[in-house]
Amino acid sequence: MSDGTRELPTPLKMITVPTSLDYTITPGAAPARFLRGMMEGRILGERCPQCRKVYMPPRGSCATCAIPTREQVELSNKGTVTTFCVVNLPFYGQAVEIPYVCAAVVLDGADLPFFCLLAECPVEEVRMGMRVETVWCEPADRKPSLENIKYMRPTGEPDVAYDTFKEHL
Amino acid sequence: MSQDKMRHYQGVLSAVHTLEYPYTRSVGTVIGTFLAGLREGRILGTRTARGEVLVPPSEFDPITSETLTDMCDVADTGSVTTWSWVSEPRAKHPLQSPFAWALIRLDGAATAMLHVVAAPGEASMKTGMRVKVRWREERKGMITDIECFEPIDSTPGARV
Repeated sequence: MSDGTRELPTPLKMITVPTSLDYTITPGAAPARFLRGMMEGRILGERCPQCRKVYMPPRGSCATCAIPTREQVELSNKGTVTTFCVVNLPFYGQAVEIPYVCAAVVLDGADLPFFCLLAECPVEEVRMGMRVETVWCEPADRKPSLENIKYMRPTGEPDVAYDTFKEHL
Repeated sequence: MSQDKMRHYQGVLSAVHTLEYPYTRSVGTVIGTFLAGLREGRILGTRTARGEVLVPPSEFDPITSETLTDMCDVADTGSVTTWSWVSEPRAKHPLQSPFAWALIRLDGAATAMLHVVAAPGEASMKTGMRVKVRWREERKGMITDIECFEPIDSTPGARV
């Protein structure tokens, strides 16, 4: 029963309570087609039969037209930086040494940018419209993952005009 | 996020991912005292102006909103007020054999606390049943310092 006479303990100040969620992800038909392409070092987007936009990575349907995408389109290993972020803050689980650049890149032939690491370039030189290309991991290390693209690096080609990619920001 | 396993199951791709956050948080004086108490094998509650003891302790009176600072011990025995049987525990459940999630009102407390009851089976669970804390041997100042509650046969002739 209650006992007001005992001395109270010194309160704890901080606790560490890691929380984690394990889950099994099944990508679905279109992303699976894309991931199998990744195993072969190919980037396979899918085109909407109506608006003709090419999704990369494909989700199996066009978000605008709400119809399935069926036509596979092999995309270029080159693309354009549409926007980017220089990461200067360390955080738990960080895989890359700071500072580094996370860029949205729209590959030639695609209509959606994807996020990737941008390397082999000083962070202060990264800019919108910069031309970049994929650097793949070794074929032996490939798995069904976008991580097969280790990062993008500058191609040295001239920058492209903002108007050509403004729809893809 | 990590990809621990990648497997092909009848042509369908699937992978096991883990999403994890390593929270460190400050707990405040009331919860800090409660947790320090657990480490000592004590259960502490906050006492309201009405004389009720709230366990787990609340920093504020839920009715009057007054700040609560007066803390006192309650017993490590109590009664189950409601419960739910888990016949197939999952990997992250506190017990790996079938158990009950239960609200337990400890003797001396006015409120009930959520914890687990290690009962021999669903049939042995009963609202109002008497239970007692099983303390973990190595305590860290966490709610899991209470390993579980166990049924006790406190009244003569009572069925557990």
